[in-house]
Amino acid sequence: MFKAKIYVNYKPSVLDPKAQVIQNTLRRLGDDNVQDVLVGKYFELTLAAADQAAAEAQVARICDEMLANVNTETFRYTVEELAVAQ
Amino acid sequence: MNAAVISFPGSNCDDDLMHAIGTVLGERVTKVAASATTLTGFDLVLVPGGFSYGDYLRSGAIAKFAPIMPALKAFAAAGGYVLGICNGFQILTEAGLLPGALQWNTSLQFICEPEPLVVANAHTAFSNRYRAGQTVTLPIAHGEGNYYADPATLQAIEANGQVVFRYAHNPNGSLNDIAGLTNAAGNVLGMMPHPERAVEQLIFGTDGLGVFESLKEAIEEGAYAAN
Repeated sequence: MFKAKIYVNYKPSVLDPKAQVIQNTLRRLGDDNVQDVLVGKYFELTLAAADQAAAEAQVARICDEMLANVNTETFRYTVEELAVAQ
Repeated sequence: MNAAVISFPGSNCDDDLMHAIGTVLGERVTKVAASATTLTGFDLVLVPGGFSYGDYLRSGAIAKFAPIMPALKAFAAAGGYVLGICNGFQILTEAGLLPGALQWNTSLQFICEPEPLVVANAHTAFSNRYRAGQTVTLPIAHGEGNYYADPATLQAIEANGQVVFRYAHNPNGSLNDIAGLTNAAGNVLGMMPHPERAVEQLIFGTDGLGVFESLKEAIEEGAYAAN
């Protein structure tokens, strides 16, 4: 079994009004040293796969087809093999 | 005209489209469940507004995997007319039938207002009953209607005359004030404003009727048919 941890974020060129509201509010509250805010999504998938390479290839496809809209978002992920219970 | 209205779980403008086309325009129209797999016999397919699959993940992101979608893509690829309104527009961009994406309104507010639009291109199957430069007022009702495309895509869209409607007073941050645009071939239109909610004098006027009358004319003349 493998665990994939997936982060999906807007591309830097895409305006994210939610992140702007958070940053503006932080500034108003005195946290005016916050230079940038990035709001994204986090997913964990647990999957059975033949090996690490197969798991990674499948996760990449799932991100590209479903979890991210590649017009506006980028994704990155890690895939770890889970320790098998003895 | 023989139209299909696709009904996804969470669609809520499907009946409005049935009324606009069936009752007001008096044309044949059938509701087709998103679980169906064929669109044979139709010459227009409408993708309605609402919140398909609860808009989980992103607006339209789950709908693009609905069982009906391969048939819709084949229908569009064969030159059939497809009109996506509001959530339907979001679904068509997610499915890759239209360029770009719809982002959150810059105000982060759901906006529900009559909105003046300028007709940017009156030489499409969806807009031939309007005049270029004409202002029409249609209701908008969306939280995610802020049109985005990367600079190269946007340039291609403009060069190809794909923008059909622009906001007169941009309410949501859409690039180039884009309220509705077609694919490069011109047989698929997506728009955030709701023409089906402006087809009777009693409610919001009749500015939206032109979209359906344009399609009726295009289909009857066969002027835009690919086959």
